[in-house]
Amino acid sequence: MIEVRGVSKRYGEKVAVDDLTFSVRPGIVTGFLGPNGAGKSTTMRLILGLDAPTSGTVRVNGCSYRDLAAPLHEVGAMLEAHAIHTGRSAYNHLLALAQTHGIPRRRVEEVIKLVGLEDVARKRVGSFSLGMGQRLGVAAALLGDPATVILDEPANGLDPEGIHWIRNLLKGLAAEGRTVFLSSHLMSEMAQTADHLVVIGRGRLIADTSVAEFVRRASSEANVRVRSPQASELRKELVGREAQVQSIEEGLLEVSGLTGEQIGEIALEARIVISELTPLQASLEEAFMSLTGDSVEYHADAGEGNESAKPVRAAA
Amino acid sequence: MSAAKTLPAAAAPERRVFAGRLTQARVLRSEWTKLWSLRSTRWSLLFAVIAMAGLGVLIAAVSMSRWSHLSPGDRASFDSIDRSLGGYHLAQLAIGVLGVLVISGEYSTGMIRSSLMAVPRRLPVLWAKIAVFALVTFVLMLASALVAFFAAQAILTEHHVNVTLGHPHALRTLVGTVLFMTVTGILCVALGTIIRSTAGAIATFAGLLFVLPGIVDILPSEIGNSINPYLPSSAGGAIAKAIADPHTLSPWGGFALYCAYTIVLLALAAYLLVRRDA
Repeated sequence: MIEVRGVSKRYGEKVAVDDLTFSVRPGIVTGFLGPNGAGKSTTMRLILGLDAPTSGTVRVNGCSYRDLAAPLHEVGAMLEAHAIHTGRSAYNHLLALAQTHGIPRRRVEEVIKLVGLEDVARKRVGSFSLGMGQRLGVAAALLGDPATVILDEPANGLDPEGIHWIRNLLKGLAAEGRTVFLSSHLMSEMAQTADHLVVIGRGRLIADTSVAEFVRRASSEANVRVRSPQASELRKELVGREAQVQSIEEGLLEVSGLTGEQIGEIALEARIVISELTPLQASLEEAFMSLTGDSVEYHADAGEGNESAKPVRAAA
Repeated sequence: MSAAKTLPAAAAPERRVFAGRLTQARVLRSEWTKLWSLRSTRWSLLFAVIAMAGLGVLIAAVSMSRWSHLSPGDRASFDSIDRSLGGYHLAQLAIGVLGVLVISGEYSTGMIRSSLMAVPRRLPVLWAKIAVFALVTFVLMLASALVAFFAAQAILTEHHVNVTLGHPHALRTLVGTVLFMTVTGILCVALGTIIRSTAGAIATFAGLLFVLPGIVDILPSEIGNSINPYLPSSAGGAIAKAIADPHTLSPWGGFALYCAYTIVLLALAAYLLVRRDA
C-alpha cells in the first residue's frame, strides 16, 4: 500500500510534482501514466525517500520510507536511470545489496535465475545491453521478496519476449497480493498489464481510475463511420443535431458526438439508406494523449511555462 | 487487457522469511563487498602498497650507492627513518583518490540510489564506508611501512646509518605515517560525499594537500611561517617526520589538528548526505 497525500516537489523554480494525492492498493497492478517529463520518476523518488517532498506526505505500508526497519523486504524498486555501478558484476551488485539485510547468497542466485541472467552474472555491468540492465534492475527489486514492487518504465529496452515475460511476472506478483506500481509513457503497454491507472500531466493528477473505466470512457467518445449513397443528405441531418461530421471520401462520413445507434435512428427517420455503420474504437493511446494534452493546455494557460508542452489535439 | 479480473481479497502473499532487518554490521559487510568487487580499488591499493613498501627501499639503495659523493653536512643530517618511509608521499595520493572514489563513484554511476534505497537513513552507509576503507588502509599501509622500514634499514647497514624500531621516534614515525594516510583516506571520503563529483573532489584533495603548501611557501616568510603549521599537510605531516621541521606543530598536536579538520568535513558530509536529494 502506497499513500501519496498532497505531495508537491519543487526544484528551484520548477514545480515537478504539484499537490498530488493518490493511493496504490495491494493485489492489483497499478499503472502510473504520463508523458515524458510529467513527474512520474520524481514521484517515485519521493515514495522511495530519495528526494524529500517540498510539502505533503508519502507513506509506504503505513510508514515513511526512511522509517522502515527492513526496506528491501517492504519495497523493491527499479528506477529508470540505472542505479548500478558499472564496474561491478551483476552478482556482486546484488550481493552487496542483499548483505545490508542479511539476505542469503542463495536468494541472490535465485533472483539471477528468475530474470535469466545466469550466463552473465559474473560479467561487469558496464558490458550489459539495455535489456540486460533492465533485468538486473528487476532482480534487485525482487531481492528482498518485497510486499510492494515499484518499477519505473520496466519495459524499456526489452525485446517482445522480455516484455511478455515482465508482464506475466508483474501480474503474478499482484495475484500474490503484492502492491505493484509501474510507470510508463505508453498507454498500450499499460492496457495490457495494469488493472488500475493513475494518470498525471505536468505534475498534476489527471485521472485515478480503473483501466476498464478508462477504456469505456475512451470508447464512448469514439467516432462513428457511416457509408451511405445519400451522404450529403445525411450530413445535413446530422449537422442539425449538433454532431460534427467530416467527409472522408465520396459517400463516407465520420461522425463524432453521436453514437451509432442514434445515427441509425436519424437515418431511418429521414429515410436515408445506410450501407455501413461502424463505431471506431478510439485507440487508448489517443484517449491518453487527449487527456494529457488538455492538462498541458490548462497548465500553459495558467502561466507556468510550457516546456515539454505538447500540441493540443484539435477537435475532430 | 485482462477482462474480469478477480481480486484476491487482501490475500497475504506467501512470504519467505529472510533474516531481515537492516543493521550497521550488515551495512559494513555490504561495503566490504562493494570495496573489493571493483577493479579500481584493487589497482589503487596495489599501487599504494608498492609505493609505500618500495619507494623507501629505492631511496635507501640510491643513498648508499651515492654515499661517497654526499657532503659531510648531508651525511650528518641523513635521516634513516624518514628515508625509509618516504614512499608515503606517493602512496597517499592513491589512498586519497580511492577515498574519493569510494563515494563519488556511486554518484557518477547512480549506484548511490540503490545504496540509499537499501539504507534509507543514509548515515550507516557513510560510517560503513569510512570504517571499511580506514581499516583496509591502516592494515595495508602498516604492513607496507614495516616492509619498507626493515628492508631500507637492512640496506642502510652498508654505511652504518641504519636504526632499529627501538630508536627514538622510529616507532612513532612509522605508526604516525600510517595514521596520517588513514586519516587522509577518511578526509577524502568526506570530500567525495560533500562534492559528489570525482574530478571536483580529487582536485580539492590535491589542492589542500599538495598545492596549498606551495602557495604558502612563496608568501613573505613571516606570514608563511605563521600560517604553515596550521595547513592540513603540515599539521598531519608532523607525525610522519622523525625530526620536526621548524615552524610545525608537535607530532601529536599536529595530528590532533588534522583529525579536527577531518571531523569538521565529516560532519558537513553527514549533514549534506542526509539533507540533500540523492
